[in-house]
Amino acid sequence: MLEVANLEVVYNDVVLVLRGISLEVPDGSIVALLGANGAGKTTTLRAIGGLLDVHEGDVTKGHVTFDGADITELDPSDRVKLGISQVLEGRRIFGELTVDENLAAGAYVNRDRKATSAAYDQVMTLFPRLAERRKATAGYLSGGEQQMLAIGRALMQSPKLLVLDEPSLGLAPLLVQQVRDIIVDVNKAGVSILLIEQNANMALSIADYGYIMETGKVVMDGDPQKLLKDEDVQEFYLGLHGDEGERKSFRDVKHYKRRKRWLS
Amino acid sequence: MIPTVVLAQAGATNDFAEMVAEGLSLGSIYALLGMGLVIIFKATRVLNFAHGALTAAGAYLIAAFASIYDIPGRWIPGVAPWFSWTLSVILALIAAAFLGVLLERAFIRPMVGEEMFAVALVTLGVDIMLRGITNDFIGTDPRPLGDPFGTQILDLGWVTVAYSEVAQFFTAVVLVAGVALFFRSRTGIAMRATAFDQEAARAQGINVGRIFSIAWAIGAVLATVAGLFISIFPRRSAGVDTSTAFFVFRAFPVVIVGGLDSVVGAILGGFMIGFAESAAVSYLQFDFLGAGFGGIVPYIVMLIVLIVRPYGIFGTEEIRRV
Repeated sequence: MLEVANLEVVYNDVVLVLRGISLEVPDGSIVALLGANGAGKTTTLRAIGGLLDVHEGDVTKGHVTFDGADITELDPSDRVKLGISQVLEGRRIFGELTVDENLAAGAYVNRDRKATSAAYDQVMTLFPRLAERRKATAGYLSGGEQQMLAIGRALMQSPKLLVLDEPSLGLAPLLVQQVRDIIVDVNKAGVSILLIEQNANMALSIADYGYIMETGKVVMDGDPQKLLKDEDVQEFYLGLHGDEGERKSFRDVKHYKRRKRWLS
Repeated sequence: MIPTVVLAQAGATNDFAEMVAEGLSLGSIYALLGMGLVIIFKATRVLNFAHGALTAAGAYLIAAFASIYDIPGRWIPGVAPWFSWTLSVILALIAAAFLGVLLERAFIRPMVGEEMFAVALVTLGVDIMLRGITNDFIGTDPRPLGDPFGTQILDLGWVTVAYSEVAQFFTAVVLVAGVALFFRSRTGIAMRATAFDQEAARAQGINVGRIFSIAWAIGAVLATVAGLFISIFPRRSAGVDTSTAFFVFRAFPVVIVGGLDSVVGAILGGFMIGFAESAAVSYLQFDFLGAGFGGIVPYIVMLIVLIVRPYGIFGTEEIRRV
């Protein structure tokens, strides 16, 4: 189980991005983390994956624990060894390498040959498309294939927890559905999922629990069905409007009104 | 025994064949130097100006192990000289690899994430420092490397080549193949992944620091092998001296011609410049240019390539601003 407790992250010693965020991902569940641009979703992922240092970020308060062990200050490679794998925003596949080599790079920490080849077979059954393009240079794959490769690469580490940062980014609706199904399949195989998304509809449709972030804090959390029915969530994340045909502009909405409702 | 002859004057053998042999020999040295520079640049995004000092330090290490202190030959009597020399070279290569790792840990690792320009200047400082220390060890007289090739020459009638040049060419071929194989290994794939996207590589659990160290170790080993061939017949038969380090300046055109981030480019660039230089020495003999014109040919080739393809023949376009 992953637990983020009261986490505060500061960039460049001055920019406070996370203001005491807390969330947990129980074993075997899918947890969605939603929020608008700049809410701190990706920073949360970096704090979980250990990639804050290259961005001059520091955890100033709080801690991240995984299966009871404090991992707040751990190296990314040690976190991967513990079983936390991540799919970065924008796929970030190794474009100059072939599909197979990308997967091999993903399996870098997995020194056990049997486990590696088992993970490879699993990825190939999960993504038949990748099996067809094994020798292709990854940079020439389509966006959907690249996203599959990014997920497959993370699965090569045989993770217990998979953290995905906006896997639906820049994909056609049909592909978003496909990615969603894949996430469900991976979860069924026993991997817990933390899904960071802007596509609230997609994320909440498969999640067991949802968190909504705003300016570095969790402003709302609960059962996805409850979240989906919430007026504010509908308005700001799903683009549904209370009154038929009447378009609302963000400018007309008073910020404090929303805050008040969410915190109450 | 194959008879040892004095290097034939032009005309006694086929000029063109001589030129090709010389080009292959020079080219393999350049390719070794270029490969080291490119591997370090690719993996760590550092343009290593300390490569010259590494070359000289490596050559001195070979001299120290092989001829000055005779390690390990002094402890195993009755062994063939070439065998004990080979052992010494292997020990020197291991020492050079450690030197490369040491330099990376001490001076480059603290600079991770800094401007490429800043790190390049740090390597320039490392070059001056390491060159100073090496020169202090070398002293005023050249240190012979004690190689078994000596000045023996293979005379095929139409062409004459030094034994050392034959050894050099085959060593270069073996090392090029070795590097190509390495890039397909687990660590090699991790290195290429790191070169392409450092953060994504870290997210996969690749220990980027270790990759940096390995890249510097390989760079230092390749520099040492190049240093060996620079410091024996027919280049500088007397051995490694205080000016050996400057030979590497001719390898910078190699990587710029080939492309800073392309290993294939470094190899082809190395042979291209090697041939250009040897052709200039053979055919371009104008009185007004004087002797030694061959020495500036690498830079002329580099200038032309910079005008036509600023990122090198095989380089990636993005890095043109280097």
